[in-house]
Amino acid sequence: MDWTAKAPIGLFQKWMQVWGEINRRSYGLAIFPFIVLLIFLFPQSISATESFLMPLGPVAHEQKTHFFWATALTMVAILPVFILVPVILIKYRRKKGKGIYAPKWESYGPLEVIMWGVPFLVIFVLSFMLWRATISLDPYEEIEGVVPPISVQVVGLDWKWLFIYPELKIATVGELVVPVHTPVSMILTSDTVMQSFWIAALAGQIYVMPGMTTKLNFIATQNGKTQGENTQYTGKGFTGQKFDVLIKNEEAFQAWVAQVRARGIALDSETYNRLAMRTTRVEVQKELGTAQMPEHALYFTLTDPQLFQSVVMRYHSGKPLNMEQQPGTEKFGQGEDAAEGAQP
Amino acid sequence: MNIMDYGWLGKLSWDSIVFSKLFTNFSVSEVVASTAGSIVIFATVAILFLLTWFRVWGTLWSVWLTSTDHKRIGIMYIVFALVMMTRGLLEGMVMRAQQAAAPDGFLYADHFAQLFSTHGTIMIFFVAVPFVVGLVNYVMPLQIGARDVAFPVLNQISLAITASSGILLMVSLVVGEFSTGGWSAYPPYTGTDFNPGVGPDYWIWAIVFSGAGTTLTGINFTVTILKCRAVGMGFFRMPMFCWTVLCSSILMIFAMPPLSVAALMLGFDRYLDFHFFTNDLGGNMMNYANLFWLFGHPEVYLLVLPAYGIFSEVFSTYSAKRLYGYKSLVFATMSIAVLSFTVWLHHFFTMGQSPTINIVFGIATMLIAVPTGVKVYDWMATMYRGRIRFTTPMIYSIGFLILFVIGGLSGVILANPTVDFQVHNTLFLVAHFHNVLIPGVLFGLLAGYNYWFPKAFGFRLDERLGKWSAYLWIVGFMLTFFPLYGAGLLGMPRRSFSYMDLTFKPYMLVAFIGAMVVLCALVTLILQLLVSLRDRKKNRVPVGDPWDGRSLEWSISAPAPSYNFAELPRVTDRDEFTETKEQGRAYQPPKVYRNIEMPRNNPLGFILCVLSGILMFALVWYIWWLALITALAIIVVVIASTFRWDSEQIIPASQVQQDTERWLELVKNTEPVGRDLENTPQNNGYAKLEH
Ligand code: HEM
Ligand SMILES: [Cu+2]
Ligand SMILES: [Cu+2]
Repeated sequence: MDWTAKAPIGLFQKWMQVWGEINRRSYGLAIFPFIVLLIFLFPQSISATESFLMPLGPVAHEQKTHFFWATALTMVAILPVFILVPVILIKYRRKKGKGIYAPKWESYGPLEVIMWGVPFLVIFVLSFMLWRATISLDPYEEIEGVVPPISVQVVGLDWKWLFIYPELKIATVGELVVPVHTPVSMILTSDTVMQSFWIAALAGQIYVMPGMTTKLNFIATQNGKTQGENTQYTGKGFTGQKFDVLIKNEEAFQAWVAQVRARGIALDSETYNRLAMRTTRVEVQKELGTAQMPEHALYFTLTDPQLFQSVVMRYHSGKPLNMEQQPGTEKFGQGEDAAEGAQP
Repeated sequence: MNIMDYGWLGKLSWDSIVFSKLFTNFSVSEVVASTAGSIVIFATVAILFLLTWFRVWGTLWSVWLTSTDHKRIGIMYIVFALVMMTRGLLEGMVMRAQQAAAPDGFLYADHFAQLFSTHGTIMIFFVAVPFVVGLVNYVMPLQIGARDVAFPVLNQISLAITASSGILLMVSLVVGEFSTGGWSAYPPYTGTDFNPGVGPDYWIWAIVFSGAGTTLTGINFTVTILKCRAVGMGFFRMPMFCWTVLCSSILMIFAMPPLSVAALMLGFDRYLDFHFFTNDLGGNMMNYANLFWLFGHPEVYLLVLPAYGIFSEVFSTYSAKRLYGYKSLVFATMSIAVLSFTVWLHHFFTMGQSPTINIVFGIATMLIAVPTGVKVYDWMATMYRGRIRFTTPMIYSIGFLILFVIGGLSGVILANPTVDFQVHNTLFLVAHFHNVLIPGVLFGLLAGYNYWFPKAFGFRLDERLGKWSAYLWIVGFMLTFFPLYGAGLLGMPRRSFSYMDLTFKPYMLVAFIGAMVVLCALVTLILQLLVSLRDRKKNRVPVGDPWDGRSLEWSISAPAPSYNFAELPRVTDRDEFTETKEQGRAYQPPKVYRNIEMPRNNPLGFILCVLSGILMFALVWYIWWLALITALAIIVVVIASTFRWDSEQIIPASQVQQDTERWLELVKNTEPVGRDLENTPQNNGYAKLEH
């Protein structure tokens, strides 16, 4: 057994020794993936702000840490492959190879133990980390903060997100503003097909499904701006289903709330039905936007505090919904009974 | 509209033809669509014309289309897979071009969505599956020393309905449009409310029929391995490939039904106003997600296990050494097969279930990495202390070894629910599954194609172009998919036909260049076949053992006789043929020649192919009378065919004797060659003993 016997140092020296040969030959392919992987994984990422690699809160930060740990630990099982495959190929190549030849050699106990043992240990450690992280980053778990959490109800529509702040009696489309250092507690649903809600810099994805609710909790610890989006393909407006996320300090947040209250239009059922049509945010902005609102967002005041619940309950009436009554379809809001049937 | 309200032609009208849109709405996107449609039509006409011109209809019918020979069926499967692969790859290139050109782009969103849906569906169901099934068909009965699979006509039927489903996908390029719901076709998006067109119906019927074909194949292969092995071939003397095939066939039997059921239920929703997965009346799409992935995850192991088997054969043959850790590998294969049913939930960690459930499925997923890792180490140990030859299959295998572990790494990363929350549905995931599907499955299949080709056709494939193609595949793969890891980590969602954030642009440009390299790999692959056909006289290997093979398939002539073995072998060792060669028992005439009973040709498969194709088309387009007639016809034909009594033919002993003696004569007059001359015209398939 010449590799189990030798110390890693020996291996390393051997590796350096074969380097020259590798570069002269096409075996260079073996290290090519490495280099490419390195180039593409890291340098560019510095500039991105919509990624968990540039976290704005502890959830995304821990996810990032976990990502690197998982990568590093798995390397323990993988590096031997990268190193030993070229070594074996060179040493045991038919032409000019120097290694001994043992055509009937087919099993060796200690080696077998290493082969099963190493990956098993790595996976054992990783599983332990997985367990802890999955519990501690459970998106349903409210985050403890110095201040009580602010709650936001999220409705996925084709192709925009509606954010309802039930306690503040306001709602927005295209812009989510949260106060810094304040836990955010979201409850989410969809009023069309399934979508996947995501603010990468703050927290992971969670699906939103019609007639069902899911939850997402996070906290922002830095002022800043990022983007959120839907990652589940839902048709032609899908790539435009993005929104700005602004993290403000308390005063700025309150000022923003006041602004929304002052400038927002009432979110009554007719307005809601307009929103729920199969349109992009830009299109609906043209219909509903006013001069006081910013270009990329719609502001509303909440008239019906039960709006979110009634969106969820739309699918539990026990009565069939035809296309005219189903938000997100091409015919929604076009039938005669639309006004009445589509009441959320 | 009620489903009965349609006329004689159902939903079909002039507007359904792809070219009509070229007139009503001229744009690059429609030009691309029409070009694709024209290629289909042109290719069909050209093939029909050539077949007529060369007057080969008769041969085609009697030698191929009605054949029940597992070898011919295998070859037909592979031809079909390669044709579909060309389409699938071209679609990949078009998508890469679109994303490289974004934010401008040249395709409509819906067109792009059809591309990723057909690409995914084709690559999985009509490239990977038939390629695997084809190779297994050809090789497995030879390796276990059988004359055919257990149910030859069933085999034909499996091919028939797989092919007709594939043809249906080709038809969707010309008539109507395909689904935009991705290969997973999640409702409610694919339900009638959101997608009233025929797209999802094309998907449903293609999946239901080809899925039934694959299930039947699984049954066929399992029974073949359990019941038809040669005398003396205990389970632990089976070549590794047969073990992986056994596991994979069992997966086919248990994994395909959930998919068929899910697709049919979606069909019930769409056609008959059921509410399994609708938003209203208690439907729940989460059930679909569970059913789909209950199939979907075992599916990838169903594909990759036989590829592992191929790699095992290749590593051991070209290292001229026994496979290291056979028992370990068997155990690892079995564990993977079992574990693959316990992990499906990792495809939707983000659905909002409790962390406990995510933990269980996350850890189960990671556990699969253990036997997989063991396999990789076993292959390395197989090369260790060997005499490694860098042939084309070996290049693919080494590329696989290095690249696949990167896919494994990203797989382990994705198994962490917390990390998955951040990379789910992004290009990171796309990079991951291509990373396991291309180096893992496709490289294995291409290695197998190069490895067994001489056995099937009696001449070697061109080695120089083969190597070129392999290198281009490796480099092209890396350039295309490594950037996607980066773009995914930066948050680019999958299935994006465009993006505003120009951070992604450089990644997409590199990926596009990579896709062009893959295109070169494809062209080289085709060129290799053409050049080899030209040089077929020079590269003949009639004796049948061009690579100094180790298992039974190499012990017979190339191409193999229709009955495979003049006398069924008796097996005494795992590397049976190597053993016989070393003991000087190879190339012996049988003691007695006997009559051999083989299944007769049967038109059933072809008839079912046509009928099922028409049935699917009629169902997609709501042409009820046609659907009814073809459905009834299928039933009648199947029942009628059971009344065929003369389903066997006898190959007389004299014929067998004549064939065998001629071949043995040839062996005697052939110069054995050493491995250094393996890829020269001197290699006539008679391997010199070298150690
Ligand atoms: C090397 C050539 C290939 C290229 C350039 C390519 C390209 C692509 C692209 C651009 C996508 C869409 C990604 C997205 O969602 O944004 C895709 C999806 C996909 N590809 Fe490939 N691909 C290739 C080979 C393969 C192979 C060999 C397989 C399988 C054996 C495969 C299976 C799939 C599947 C299953 C999807 C998912 C489709 C969906 O989103 O529903 N691809 N590919
Ligand atoms: Cu749900
Ligand atoms: Cu899976």
